[in-house]
Amino acid sequence: MGKSVEAKDLNIYYGSFLAVEGVNMTIKPKTVTALIGPSGCGKSTFLRSINRMHENIPGARVEGRLELDGQDLYGANVDPVGVRRQIGMVFQRPNPFPTMSIYDNVIAGMKLNNKKASKSELDDTVERSLRGANLWNEVKDRLEKPGSGLSGGQQQRLCIARAIAVRPDVLLMDEPCSALDPISTLAIEDLINELKNDYTIVIVTHNMQQAARVSDFTGFFNIEGTGKPGKLVELDETKTIFSQPKQKATEDYVSGRFG
Amino acid sequence: MTTTEVKSEQKAAKPVTQLGDRIFAGSAKGAGIAILVVLAGVASFLLIEAFPAVTAPESELPGGLVAYVGPLIFGTLLGAVIALVVATPAAVAVALFISHYAPRRLSQGLSYIVDLLAAVPSIVYGLWGAWTLAPLSVPLSNWLTDNLGWIPLFAGPASTTGRTMMVVGLVLAVMILPIITAVAREVFLQTPSLHEEAALALGATRWEMIRMAVLPFGRSGIISGAMLGLGRALGETMAVAMILSVSGAVTFNLISSENPGTIAANIALQFPEASGITVNVLIASGLVLFVITLLVNMLARYIVERRRDFSGAN
Amino acid sequence: MTGTGLEAPASTTPAVLRRKGSLPRWAPLGILAATAVVMAGVAAATGSGVGLWAFLTAVVYAVATYTTSRVVEGARKAADRLVTVIVTGAFVLAMVPLVSVLWTVIAQGWERFDVTFFTNSMRGIVGEGGGALHAIQGTLIITGLAAAMSIPVGVLTAIYLVEYGSNSKLSRAITFFVDVMTGIPSIVAGLFAYALFTLLLGPGVRFGFVGAVALTVLMIPIVVRSTEEMLKIVPNELREAAFALGVPKWRTILKVVIPTTAGGIATGITLAIARVIGETAPLLVTVGLATGVNLNPFDSRMATLPVFSYYSYATPGVPRDPFLDRAWTAALVLMLIVMILNVVARLISRYFSPKTR
Repeated sequence: MGKSVEAKDLNIYYGSFLAVEGVNMTIKPKTVTALIGPSGCGKSTFLRSINRMHENIPGARVEGRLELDGQDLYGANVDPVGVRRQIGMVFQRPNPFPTMSIYDNVIAGMKLNNKKASKSELDDTVERSLRGANLWNEVKDRLEKPGSGLSGGQQQRLCIARAIAVRPDVLLMDEPCSALDPISTLAIEDLINELKNDYTIVIVTHNMQQAARVSDFTGFFNIEGTGKPGKLVELDETKTIFSQPKQKATEDYVSGRFG
Repeated sequence: MTTTEVKSEQKAAKPVTQLGDRIFAGSAKGAGIAILVVLAGVASFLLIEAFPAVTAPESELPGGLVAYVGPLIFGTLLGAVIALVVATPAAVAVALFISHYAPRRLSQGLSYIVDLLAAVPSIVYGLWGAWTLAPLSVPLSNWLTDNLGWIPLFAGPASTTGRTMMVVGLVLAVMILPIITAVAREVFLQTPSLHEEAALALGATRWEMIRMAVLPFGRSGIISGAMLGLGRALGETMAVAMILSVSGAVTFNLISSENPGTIAANIALQFPEASGITVNVLIASGLVLFVITLLVNMLARYIVERRRDFSGAN
Repeated sequence: MTGTGLEAPASTTPAVLRRKGSLPRWAPLGILAATAVVMAGVAAATGSGVGLWAFLTAVVYAVATYTTSRVVEGARKAADRLVTVIVTGAFVLAMVPLVSVLWTVIAQGWERFDVTFFTNSMRGIVGEGGGALHAIQGTLIITGLAAAMSIPVGVLTAIYLVEYGSNSKLSRAITFFVDVMTGIPSIVAGLFAYALFTLLLGPGVRFGFVGAVALTVLMIPIVVRSTEEMLKIVPNELREAAFALGVPKWRTILKVVIPTTAGGIATGITLAIARVIGETAPLLVTVGLATGVNLNPFDSRMATLPVFSYYSYATPGVPRDPFLDRAWTAALVLMLIVMILNVVARLISRYFSPKTR
């Protein structure tokens, strides 16, 4: 598990509107890459294009190449549904399925796809995933309770468990802590540190301290003005970005001097 | 290990999932198109069946279609307008009572009862109108024609059976009252509490708060509820068919035994025994009714759309 | 001009905070009781009925309250009290006929609410006895057929509008015409079904399925509307969560979106059934009436409860009373069915909404 992601001259459009322009980026396997930048700079759009989630908006399309270990994700015969099975995603707000128990939420990826599995296999998957999400000890006695009864932080870890239960290669996180309190945020950040042993992680965050704490690499996106496309300004090791970035714009942003 | 297995399985399953999506999306779209086809069918079949009535010779249809349908249109509008005039203020008062005057616990039960009454079948209202209200109305009609007979509406002579346009209008009002109330109540309850609190904070009494915040906010809701009720009253068949004694006269006299019929009731009364050109004439009159209710609905939509910008709801 | 608004001249109350007189809490009830007693005296003296007494009491009470409050509390408070009386009075007045309807149906229908009514048909009955078994069966068969046709079409259409349509030309056309359909008078729906089958099978056809088609035309827009509303409530985040797990769209809709709101959809469908099951007019023109049991909706006339009730009332035999009794009981049974469906709808929405705890 843990594959590399590579974008080559990637343009992302909504209809005729160019949202993100000319992204060239290589994400190494089993690393954490943080994407930072001002609101509307296209970092979330880029993240969603990696597992083709942005295609749910009518008119969305891309130009250029996006590869997962050399395999073209936008090839002519590639099913976006298949892409999403290899690249999992965690969202801004925790979104467990309200009709399902904690147990069923974890194995939702298999259940919803009618994958046949024995009871013991499912039990193993649930325990492995919940342990992997640092949630097992808190919920092991109430696996049959609805997932929506948990606290916000627990729900978000349940969503992470759900995402890793299908054993993806890459895990995308779209501001996973923005709806959580500081203690839950810390728990998620610890978890990200453990998850990178197995998965390639790309995380969008508004919080620069968080990017500095959890990531190995950081990419800075910027936008020149409203209506202009977002661009990847700089991608480098996190400590380089935060100590001696090559671009003036990056330095302004990370030091809080952003216009 | 497991990963590679999963991958190969996905490759095999891929075309199947796409097929599933295509079938499902296709049938959903098909259902939508089916509705359009049905509606086109409604229009065209009615037109085909109504057409012979338009071209019918004078010998088969004395006076022509217009002379036949005209009084019925008059009766339909008259009954529905009476119902609307009586029911709307009452419905607004009931809705206000439920939303702003009744104790909270009582108001929940009351809204439930109102919803239930909106679902009572029209045959029940018809029986009640013919059995209970019509005899009860006779003394009132006599009093009206004795004391207010100079108003054309109450010119009399009062009907002795009570099967009058006034009773029809009142029964229709009772029928549409729960419908208008249900809509108005929902809108009143949605008045932003900020608006209400702002009014109260200015020192307004409850009535002033309602006048400043609730009624302006709910105006479009009242109108659309009233139009919904009007549509129901125009199309109501059984209650009218069971109550009204029809002579075909075109008159505003509400309490005599000389009354115009309504389109819907006329169809219900004539259709089971009709044959030949009469069937076509009745279907043509049904089309006219359809057009009238359509116009009312369009008007309601137009009013609501136009008012929306001013309602303060965002 | 009594100055009911906030624009009441400030000059009359220079000190806004000045404590004004106010009526004690028992005052409204006291005035009401006094008015009622006085009016009872007046009514007894003039020999007028209960209705007139209640009317006079209400009017005099409103005037008395307004005047008292005006003197003690000022114009604005008085207007507020007057409106309270008017609203409450209007509410009571509006409730009178509605309660009367329920009471009359129950009282009149109780007479024949017996076992025979539910086990016998009208075959061979000329006077007393007989029942509406055939009509109850007919109502259930025709409504069932209508539901079987309109629920799949209605729910799928709503799914198309919410999940696939995304404001395309087709979806806007469907939305518009579903609105138009909502306004079709029920008798016109009956005429449509009649016209359709006349063109297919020749004039004068009357059988159960024609009625079911008419009811379907009435039911589809209700099902589409309510299902659409329910699907819109499902948060987009749940769809995204399923997509991100590699679940295809159709499975997401079937296994995530619909289960999440199944209670709401079922409630809407139940209310739609309740709405069409009492329809009389379309069945009158398409199905007619039969005296005996007919379980085949594709052959000959069929009795239904509303039409049975109507004909029993409108064209009674001799003696009249057994026919009228049956008409009332049929109406009562119909009303009970509608109410039970409403209660069922409430229970569904209460017990099948997603649990959070």
